[in-house]
Amino acid sequence: MAAFARAPEPAIPAPMNSEAPSLLSPLLSGAGLGMIRGERVLFRSVSLSVRPGEALLLRGSNGAGKTTLLRILAGLTRAETGEVTRAAPHHWVGHREGLKPMETPRAHLKLWAEAWGARTGTDPVLTRMGLTRPADVAGRDLSAGQRRRTALARLLLEDRPVWLLDEPYTALDAEGRALIDALIAEHRAKGGAVIAALHGEAGFPGSTDVTL
Amino acid sequence: MSGAPLLAAFRQSLGEAWAGGAGALLPLGFLGGTAVLVPLGIGTDAATLKAVGPGIIWVALALASLVTLERIFQADAEDGTLDLWLQAGAPVSALAAAKTLAHWLSAGLPLALFSPVLALMFQAQASPALLVNAGLYALGSLAFFFWGGVGAALSATVRRGGLLISLIALPLYVPTAVFGALAMSGGPGSTGAPLFLAASTLFACAVAPYAMSAALRLAAD
Repeated sequence: MAAFARAPEPAIPAPMNSEAPSLLSPLLSGAGLGMIRGERVLFRSVSLSVRPGEALLLRGSNGAGKTTLLRILAGLTRAETGEVTRAAPHHWVGHREGLKPMETPRAHLKLWAEAWGARTGTDPVLTRMGLTRPADVAGRDLSAGQRRRTALARLLLEDRPVWLLDEPYTALDAEGRALIDALIAEHRAKGGAVIAALHGEAGFPGSTDVTL
Repeated sequence: MSGAPLLAAFRQSLGEAWAGGAGALLPLGFLGGTAVLVPLGIGTDAATLKAVGPGIIWVALALASLVTLERIFQADAEDGTLDLWLQAGAPVSALAAAKTLAHWLSAGLPLALFSPVLALMFQAQASPALLVNAGLYALGSLAFFFWGGVGAALSATVRRGGLLISLIALPLYVPTAVFGALAMSGGPGSTGAPLFLAASTLFACAVAPYAMSAALRLAAD
């Protein structure tokens, strides 16, 4: 089944978990993706796919196009070439948190729970993310790490199989990083998939790298 | 599709308009300032003021709507909220319309409601006709805000895009301003003018959301 779902022979082979090739169909896949910014080819013929439980890390130096590729996968940016297939709903946590200057973490989570029709209460999510204390502090008075945690808290509002994360560790302290690692491990154990743009050496256990 | 994302977008925009001080009062101040300065500029002759009053209010209304429009989509593009709305699963045109409507309610409708007071300052007789005029101003300002919203969406990623909004939106304001002023002139052709005004507003409400949607997708691209 999985073999048929693969894109027809991409230039860069679609990453697969080498130890245990999954027989599940991809939750999200991109084939032959290419992007031009200005007069420069940012990347070309990038093919990737994630199946339940998998994690994919987009690697590359600054300006290599990690964020752009992630936006293409999310459907925000149109790729110059190639095709993205989204088989499942996704969560997006971008470089910009989406928190308004006067919005508190509690109001932010309430708004998006309402917009998505999610039934999860905001209080357990705030507790889980360690945001109980600053829950009623306006966005502009929050620290960068607290804003980051608020954005990541959206992941817990609704179960969506695919998480698209742009530099999830940015501005987080050691405890925050451990928290994100735990969330991602939990999500993958439940059959979710993660695609994250990451800088540096950090990684998730059993993840596959895509280098741009 | 459910209406939940639209309702959330509407509520967020309404909250944003009043967050951090009364930003929504800025157009009102602009309109009031015009009403105070015009008599100083053109003299205090009662007959002249009475004649130019309704037209001045239309012009002030059009310009006051531009004062706050700059931020309605630009702020969203800057803080990443736009990315989230584009993925909220609702038609972007409907979201843009909801946001524009919220913005009109907080910054446009108060202007129209305030207009009878301005009319009195322009020597108009206190009469029920002033309330009819307020209704016409409300109708017209809705068109101003929707067309202005197109300009705001197109310049969402442009720093200091206010000038761009004006250049894009002002030509689109023309039919509304023409029919609005005609409806209040009492001169030839003024009987059908309110209907034309309503038609131009309906046209704006029907077309502008799609233009905003396309512009916002482009802004995120």
